[in-house]
Amino acid sequence: MMKNPSILAGALALAFASPVAFAAASPEVASLREEIQQLRAQYEKRLAELEQRLVSQHTAPVAAPAQPVSTGKGFNPEISLTLQGQYRRMKDIDERHISGFAALADHDHDHGGGERGFSLDHTELVLAANIDSHYRGLVNFGITDGEVEVEEAWFQTTGMGHGLSLRGGRFLSSIGYLNAQHAHAWDFADAPLMYTALFGEHANYGNDGLQLKWVLPTDLFAEVGVEIGRGARFPGTDRDVNGIGSSAIFAHLGGDVGSSHSWRAGLSYLNARAADRHSHFKDVGGEEVTGDFTGRSRTWIADAVWKWAPDGNASARALTLQAEYFQRREDGELNCQGEAGSACAVAVEDDYRTRQHGWYVQAVYKFHPQWRVGLRHDRLDPGTRDYGDNNANIERENHTPKRNSLMVDWSPSEFSRLRLQLARDQSMAGEVDNQLWLQYVMSLGAHGAHRF
Amino acid sequence: MIRRILFALLCLGLTGPASAGLKVFATLPEWGALAQVIGGDAVTVFVATHARQDPHHIEARPSLIARARQADLVVANGAELEIGWLPAVLSSAGNPVIQPGQPGYFEAAAQVALLEVPVRVDRADGDVHPAGNPHIGLDPRVMLTVGAALQQRMAARDPAQAAVYEANWAAFRTRWQAAIARWAERAAPLRGEAIVVHHTAYPYFTHWLGLSRAGTLEPKPGVAPGSAHLAALRDALAGQRVLAIVRPPYASEGPGQWLAEHSGIPLLRLPVSVETSADEAGLTAWFDELIDRLLAQRR
Repeated sequence: MMKNPSILAGALALAFASPVAFAAASPEVASLREEIQQLRAQYEKRLAELEQRLVSQHTAPVAAPAQPVSTGKGFNPEISLTLQGQYRRMKDIDERHISGFAALADHDHDHGGGERGFSLDHTELVLAANIDSHYRGLVNFGITDGEVEVEEAWFQTTGMGHGLSLRGGRFLSSIGYLNAQHAHAWDFADAPLMYTALFGEHANYGNDGLQLKWVLPTDLFAEVGVEIGRGARFPGTDRDVNGIGSSAIFAHLGGDVGSSHSWRAGLSYLNARAADRHSHFKDVGGEEVTGDFTGRSRTWIADAVWKWAPDGNASARALTLQAEYFQRREDGELNCQGEAGSACAVAVEDDYRTRQHGWYVQAVYKFHPQWRVGLRHDRLDPGTRDYGDNNANIERENHTPKRNSLMVDWSPSEFSRLRLQLARDQSMAGEVDNQLWLQYVMSLGAHGAHRF
Repeated sequence: MIRRILFALLCLGLTGPASAGLKVFATLPEWGALAQVIGGDAVTVFVATHARQDPHHIEARPSLIARARQADLVVANGAELEIGWLPAVLSSAGNPVIQPGQPGYFEAAAQVALLEVPVRVDRADGDVHPAGNPHIGLDPRVMLTVGAALQQRMAARDPAQAAVYEANWAAFRTRWQAAIARWAERAAPLRGEAIVVHHTAYPYFTHWLGLSRAGTLEPKPGVAPGSAHLAALRDALAGQRVLAIVRPPYASEGPGQWLAEHSGIPLLRLPVSVETSADEAGLTAWFDELIDRLLAQRR
């Protein structure tokens, strides 16, 4: 009697616990049961171990919903705005110019030469975005009172490959080193004399056209490019033709020397044409006459930049040495006209041939994370000027324009900069102009990446 | 003459160096090391920066453009750490496969959840990274997540070597897990200790080892420490038990030294990236050193 109920209870328990219940009596089944239980125990132990490991590894920063790659801000373009303004103390000189160098006479306002006292420089608004999977676009507006100037507006291919990229629209030419930089990125409050002499008041050469650039597949940085365009800007003029108004080629090389030094050097050539390019000259009697130049203007620019930072860490100390040299040849005809009493009262047209050159060299030293000091020397050589018959009418000033500038700037962050600049400007014959600038450059919005 | 120069350059370009496997362009040494571990001999890794450079402030140097031009895969940190220079490098390189959004562009920070995501994004708060704190490499567990994703990306970019990448990764993962366990055990005495940091470069590290941050020398991220802020920090730290003031190798020593002198807390230089070689030995040595230096302060 004692046996039966216990067997019954055991059988019942087995019947509920296991599907093999009705073979309960067999010893093989019992061993099977044992095996299963062992397996289960092992399995549970292993599971617990794995879970433990998972917990220890993934306590927080890991196991994340993958975030989208940061490409931009939704479909909105990156927007950045640059505020620039200054206080400037300088001599009151009626018509500022660089002695011996022809400049466009049409503009009465200018960024480089003009206003004294407090003034607002142009405000720059930049919008940029990927257009689609093939193109990127950018527009840069320079805003001044009553005027919005389209400084740049271009698209660029992103998918050509093989190191090639094509840019179309209005862009700052890649000739020289400083040319492609906007004023807010300059190391001084004004452009080198050379750039003003070469390209007039904007101090850079912009063009409407196409640029093809090719980066070579070498460890030494090497890039070559060619540009064609309308060529409406000084030294060319808008000639209203179907063909190419101006063309340029450029080549850049660059690399590192050790971990502390890096460099870039370049050579560029600009070929422009002018028709009735209007400039002011002084006649031999000191009267103002106008000369209209028609012909060809060819410019070579050699540029070199050397940057040093201790162990490549430019956050506290860094030195930048920069120099550019140009040579310009202009060949064509000049039509000299003037009011009654001037040497050109009767218009005189004859050959015009100039060979001019100039250079600047500058050093900017960052001696503290927020402070930099810079020194720049500008020098131009008016070279040979042969006006043919007009040699008898137009005065050829024999003056070597030069200027020394010293600047100190303070940048509490990457987005703000205050600058003090002193300059001794002898770019005009007979004038020594000691100038003082207090300038601010502030940028709002998208974080622009800085070029070398 | 111009035509002849162009032709010569063309010839030079077409006879460039022969490629050796997958060419990886890594922005930071830790990601370069990870790519090297996964790729082994099948990849060529170029590391754009080193641990003694401030990764926020790198110049878009011509040499970097030349390397990006030839790269098959860019391994970036992301979370806007490289925003000041990488976009300029990528847009100048004329290389479509490594552009953001393309398979040849990999962001480590996109693989993990970030700490210290700002509540408001305003430049008045300093050098704010809207996605969160980007210095993720200082938690070795992150390497496991990022490495797994990177291994898959490398396999996708170079299917012929996929098996090699997978085998390398699996072997490294086992060794790395063991290393993490070892570090966790060694660093156990550090749990609960407080440190003062120069820049907020260490949250992933302190989070991993259970350290706490008692203060920051920079009043705001990326803003240089001023004397008023340092004096206030000294007063706030008075009476607190703080293990060390830590600074990244690229940060200036001055502010930390001042605080060390005026508070008696030792100043430590803790690398925020692999300092020796961008490979497994370098990765291991980096974490060994971080823990050793902090442990040495306890004795």
